[in-house]
Amino acid sequence: MTSRAILTAYYTIVIREIRRFTRIWAQTLLPPVVTMTLYFIIFGNLIGSRIGEMGGFDYMAFIVPGLIMMAVITNSYANVVSSFFSMKFQRSIEELLVSPVPNWVILAGYVSGGMARGLSIGLLVTLLSLAFTNLSIHSLPMMIVTVVLTSALFSLGGFINAMLATKFDDISIVPTFVLTPLTYLGGVFYSIDLLPNFWQGVSLLNPILYMVNGFRFGILGVSDVNPYVSLGMILVFIAGLVFVALTMLARGKGIRH
Amino acid sequence: MTQALDIRGLTKTYGDGFQALKGIDLSVAEGDFFALLGPNGAGKSTTLGIVSSLVNKSDGEVKVFGFDIDTNLSEAKMNLGVVPQEFNFNQFEKVFDIVTTQAGYYGIPLRRASESAEKYLKKLGLWDKRNSPARMLSGGMKRRLMIARALVHEPRLLILDEPTAGVDIELRRSMWSFLEEMNRQGTTIILTTHYLEEAEALCRNIAIIDHGRILKNTSKRDLLQELSLETFVLDTEVALNSPPELPGFVCRLDGEGALEVDVEKGQGLNQVFVQLEDMGIKVVSMRTKANRLEELFIRMVEENASSAKPAEGVAE
Repeated sequence: MTSRAILTAYYTIVIREIRRFTRIWAQTLLPPVVTMTLYFIIFGNLIGSRIGEMGGFDYMAFIVPGLIMMAVITNSYANVVSSFFSMKFQRSIEELLVSPVPNWVILAGYVSGGMARGLSIGLLVTLLSLAFTNLSIHSLPMMIVTVVLTSALFSLGGFINAMLATKFDDISIVPTFVLTPLTYLGGVFYSIDLLPNFWQGVSLLNPILYMVNGFRFGILGVSDVNPYVSLGMILVFIAGLVFVALTMLARGKGIRH
Repeated sequence: MTQALDIRGLTKTYGDGFQALKGIDLSVAEGDFFALLGPNGAGKSTTLGIVSSLVNKSDGEVKVFGFDIDTNLSEAKMNLGVVPQEFNFNQFEKVFDIVTTQAGYYGIPLRRASESAEKYLKKLGLWDKRNSPARMLSGGMKRRLMIARALVHEPRLLILDEPTAGVDIELRRSMWSFLEEMNRQGTTIILTTHYLEEAEALCRNIAIIDHGRILKNTSKRDLLQELSLETFVLDTEVALNSPPELPGFVCRLDGEGALEVDVEKGQGLNQVFVQLEDMGIKVVSMRTKANRLEELFIRMVEENASSAKPAEGVAE
């Protein structure tokens, strides 16, 4: 394929993915907005007003970056895992497999689709948060780079999960038993300074902690960890998952007999 | 002549150890209308799956218009359109989107993709349904949608795996006409089908595959000439109580009282009618008992099964 044809194929996958999640907006775009509104009201306003400051900021301002990242992470992952597994389940993945689209374009297309949803919801939640608090951005480049790379990373995770999944249960196990606990324990609602030393050490093993704090640094200028270490870790994880995903595609894992 | 498809020593062993293909060779010339026939589990879909990159081969060589799928997969795929046996599109997408998206996967820009989609959706009688979600289509429409989708990038080789399964006779005939027109315009067509009447009506060359081996690969004419015996069913004006004595022919009554006559290759039917006329038996209609190709197919598969059994026993 020529580079122009490859670009057309890439756009086709991305547009198809965007068309999919906007067509079912009531399942994809609305629920995180409703959930995050409840978080802002309950944790930020009602409980947060009794907690006082955290990390030098009022509690509402402190949790906003974490909640935005939580929405980005879960939706980037969910978009790719559900879309790609549905294609496998309906066998419409064969439309792609018989075509000359290179594997890396398939991967890039789906990851971009996941990022489109994750970042759209991130933007919606950010706009929503403005109704509850004032956001003064400390470092726009750091904020954007962190959220974009995090979205790419979890889109990749969703892609690999979908390739390995053989039934619908398999696509809910990771979000329920891995992503949700790691996100809640990843410093969304608290600073790890509050934890005893042992649990601070354990928390540092949680990759989501670095992403949440990297993003929080971009907005508030405070972080439990070095934000540049966070970026480095995200990049390493992305490189690892790209390698795994491309190897699986080349072998046809779960998609070719 | 250029080979649209050239397969050499193709083998496939699945993960559970089942050997679906045992080293098949197959060539289909450009412009041909070719049938790959075989009973269920013979290896037809595995063969076509390997050609269309849905199945990984174990060994062997596959070329599409000279492009090896190991070294020039992209070029091979550009020349290939595939209509699978089962519906494999997103049931929630609109008909037009399904076809144009497929064109996009081949790198065709949206404007050209839309023109091509319109052309094939109109030809296949689906233009009025272009904005309907695919799940709202009837079974026959879904089959036609898969044909439109396979043709949207104008492939030189079209592979159809059981394209008329579950389609009513009227629609089947119109699909035959469409495929014949595509073939006349230069598209090479390979189809598998369980309707042997379909293969006999459409195809010029036929291969029969069973237990992962090609039993026969020849022209339809040569294949049919191998048929040494045909059975004709004669409906008589007055029902017969017992089969008449027809010297030179074996005859019997079927369950409904019609007369069945076995006619060997080289024997004329005139003798049958002359003798029946002399006996005062009037024939009101006549038909062949089975489709000619079907008779031959069943015979070959049965022979292969009986010759394969002792060999399999030794292997055990």
